[in-house]
Amino acid sequence: MNNQLSAPEKELLRVEDVTRLYGERAGCLDVSLSLWPGEILGIVGESGSGKSTLLRCLAGIDPPTRGHIMFDSGKGLLDIYAVAEPDRRNMMRTAWGIVHQNPRDGLRMAISAGGNLAERLIDRGDRHYGRIREVARDWLQRVEIDPARMDDKPRAFSGGMQQRLQIARVLISEPRLVFMDEPTGGLDVSVQARLLDLLRVLVRDLGIAAIIVTHDLAVARLLTDRLLVMKEGRVVEHGLTDQVLDDPHHPYTQLLTSAVLAA
Amino acid sequence: MYVAVKGGEAAISATHDLVAEERRGDTSVPELDVSQIREQMKLACARVMNEGSLYDPDLAALALKQSQGDVVEAAFLLRAFRTTLTRFGSTEPVDTGAMHIRRRISATYKDLPGGQILGPTYDYTHRLFDFDLVERTDELPKARTVPAAVDVAMPRVPDILGADGLMEAETAPAGDPRPFDITRDPVEFPADRPVRLQAMARGDEGFLLGLGYSVQRGFGGNHPFAGELRMGEASLHFTPPELDFPIDIGDVTLTECQMINQFAGSKDAPPQFTRGYGFAFGHAERRTMAMALVDRALKARELGEEAKHPAQQEEFVLYHCDNVEASGFVEHLKLPHYVDFQGELELLRKIRGDLERRLRPAPSAEAAE
Amino acid sequence: MSIAKSSQADRADYNFAYLDEQTKRMVRRALLKAVAIPGYQVPFGSREMPLARGWGTGGIQITAALLGPTDVLKVIDQGADDTTNAVSIRRFFERVASVKTTTATGDATIIQTRHRIPEQPLQTGQIIVYQVPQPEPLRGLEPREEETRKMHAWAEYGLMQVRLYEEITRYGQAATTYAYPVLVNNRYVMSPTPIPKFDNPKMDMMPALQLFGAGREKRIYAVPPYTSVKSLDFDDHPFTIQQWEKPCALCGSRSSYLDEVVVDDRGGRMFICSDTDYCGGNVTDVASEEASA
Repeated sequence: MNNQLSAPEKELLRVEDVTRLYGERAGCLDVSLSLWPGEILGIVGESGSGKSTLLRCLAGIDPPTRGHIMFDSGKGLLDIYAVAEPDRRNMMRTAWGIVHQNPRDGLRMAISAGGNLAERLIDRGDRHYGRIREVARDWLQRVEIDPARMDDKPRAFSGGMQQRLQIARVLISEPRLVFMDEPTGGLDVSVQARLLDLLRVLVRDLGIAAIIVTHDLAVARLLTDRLLVMKEGRVVEHGLTDQVLDDPHHPYTQLLTSAVLAA
Repeated sequence: MYVAVKGGEAAISATHDLVAEERRGDTSVPELDVSQIREQMKLACARVMNEGSLYDPDLAALALKQSQGDVVEAAFLLRAFRTTLTRFGSTEPVDTGAMHIRRRISATYKDLPGGQILGPTYDYTHRLFDFDLVERTDELPKARTVPAAVDVAMPRVPDILGADGLMEAETAPAGDPRPFDITRDPVEFPADRPVRLQAMARGDEGFLLGLGYSVQRGFGGNHPFAGELRMGEASLHFTPPELDFPIDIGDVTLTECQMINQFAGSKDAPPQFTRGYGFAFGHAERRTMAMALVDRALKARELGEEAKHPAQQEEFVLYHCDNVEASGFVEHLKLPHYVDFQGELELLRKIRGDLERRLRPAPSAEAAE
Repeated sequence: MSIAKSSQADRADYNFAYLDEQTKRMVRRALLKAVAIPGYQVPFGSREMPLARGWGTGGIQITAALLGPTDVLKVIDQGADDTTNAVSIRRFFERVASVKTTTATGDATIIQTRHRIPEQPLQTGQIIVYQVPQPEPLRGLEPREEETRKMHAWAEYGLMQVRLYEEITRYGQAATTYAYPVLVNNRYVMSPTPIPKFDNPKMDMMPALQLFGAGREKRIYAVPPYTSVKSLDFDDHPFTIQQWEKPCALCGSRSSYLDEVVVDDRGGRMFICSDTDYCGGNVTDVASEEASA
């Protein structure tokens, strides 16, 4: 492939003027952004700032009231809400993944850990039981779950293990983009640190792009390349993570970062 | 030598004879007359007509006699008969506002035009046995004559509220199309309100009662008031193809219940009361009240309320409220399942066999030596 | 309506094969659509029948819509002509359609069945009508009709395969013994009805027309003649059917589905063919061979 050398990498995701209204209340207003392959973008803000609304729009769960979200699943940028529903559902299962804050929202609790991973491989057409087991076992090891637990149901797992299983279930289908909504929320601090480490290594190794919503600036600093700061539905500051955190320009960002310092 | 079981035919015939004998019971007791059931078991007949989906007190009474008083079986008989009837068309919508009222109460207004008419009700009876009923008596019960006031206009309570815009308006969809007919076409989901009301109108009273009760206890999120309950006779008007005007084809006894529920309003709609509607053949208060509660709960989707309780989930309510279907499927478990059971037996033995072989200690090395 | 009038109605002749002609047309239209889209569940206006819902009303409506005066009807339940439900349905059609009935698989033009496919291979021109309690193969995984219809529309059948994965993981083999799901014409996943998985291979490329009626659930579906019907499996865990260690105790068949009969209260049991017509035919053959020997 000759264009690999010369052409600059193309955008993976382009968001143009996305607004989501709930009645008269705005969830998010006129948000535009671009994401390139392998890049990790953080969206920070307090609860109610619109960051989760934005994530739901971007991830294909909730269509925006106005604006466009375009994603390149290998065929150029396509408006994800303009393509037919089956295509969007297919994209959601294979080209991108969502890590929910509560692992129960992303796992099938009545199906074994191995079965949770197998589903993704089956979705892409794998029909060899033995090979599916091998790949699933390998992924359990990568997220530091003892493969001996493969046939146990996730409800027998600790919260941290459930979250790691959910991450494996998202990454096993080798998506190009992962959305994460407070991936370490609800976990003990010690478990959080280990999970963050794991996430950083996995995402970097696989070269996956990610959008992470968090209210935790420490998480943002550790994982992200670029940062969006949201307040009352709007983006108030946008830049490289270190710049935004170390030299905040917008008064709201200054307030956020000082709150962390104070804490 | 084993001989496979035969004689299903003869055995089935014998069951029919046994049923006839059981139904008649002790022959020293006089046989029931269908007209006795029709006149003296009116509420049971009403339930059979509702769940059998056919207004015919004589056939409902016959069904009760034939089924030994099994209401679900009686409803089934009526349904199987109904499905063979020729359809001549539909009557004009019944105007319950113009009913000849025999009972009408409102829990929302102390007094209102037309007044409260208690009528025949068990509400204020004490549930004490009336042992006089054990013996037949020639003495006829006498009702005090109803005052003539019943003839005055009796507007329906939701209409009174509607005049002030306090009650949600219920208007026919554009063009007033023929309602969907659940007995002719398969129901698909999400289901419209006419579909839901029809399904509940023939639904099992016990099932609706349980669901209605669950709504009240908090599994439905509504706070109902019995706006109005009315029972009486209404005339049916039908336009035959030969004529271009409707003619009166007779009266039917009907019960109607309208529940008034709160609604917080949304961004687009100001807060107002919402309606739960119940309707039934004959005198059937409990049934119409339960139906009205569930009807309102099922409006959750249209009103943008979170639908998390059983009574708010239309697939759950509509698929399971039909007692003829439900009892058919529950009772089909009595049919032979030899073949499937054999499959399960074979699998169980195979799995247990595999496990036993795995767990059995391998032939020891010493024995081999 | 007076009682006298209604009792007359009860005695009045019903239309041929019970259903009125308009209803038959409605059922036939649904059948045509079903044949055109193999494995797809067509909603139809299932009527109240004089037999209980769940007791074969779907199959009865299809049979009633198909029957003509020259048809020969066979009705089986559990493979046998003499089981109570089969007798009841056969008598129903004898009464309302006065058609010829038979127990011989080869003589029948229409075979209505519950839970089995006859052992004798069906031929071109024959129609087999299955009674269906639950037409939706995905129902056990997803209770909402709205959702299962989408899963079919978009052929999202991964979850079905996951169930198989779980069974193999738990039991070392597929643990579904009847109503084992199949893929029809490489498009729709379909429930073969609660036939034993033993019968699944008979559905594949069958010369006869296969029709399925679910009365209570108001669905009709079909597999046209010579259509591919594949039982779901994994490449390294191929689909297998039941096998018995002993032959049929009556006819000696080693290739038929066997019923277990408990003969005493000390654990004594024997195995005999579930298909009584097939078994009886084998016994007659053996007897005549012995007689001629």
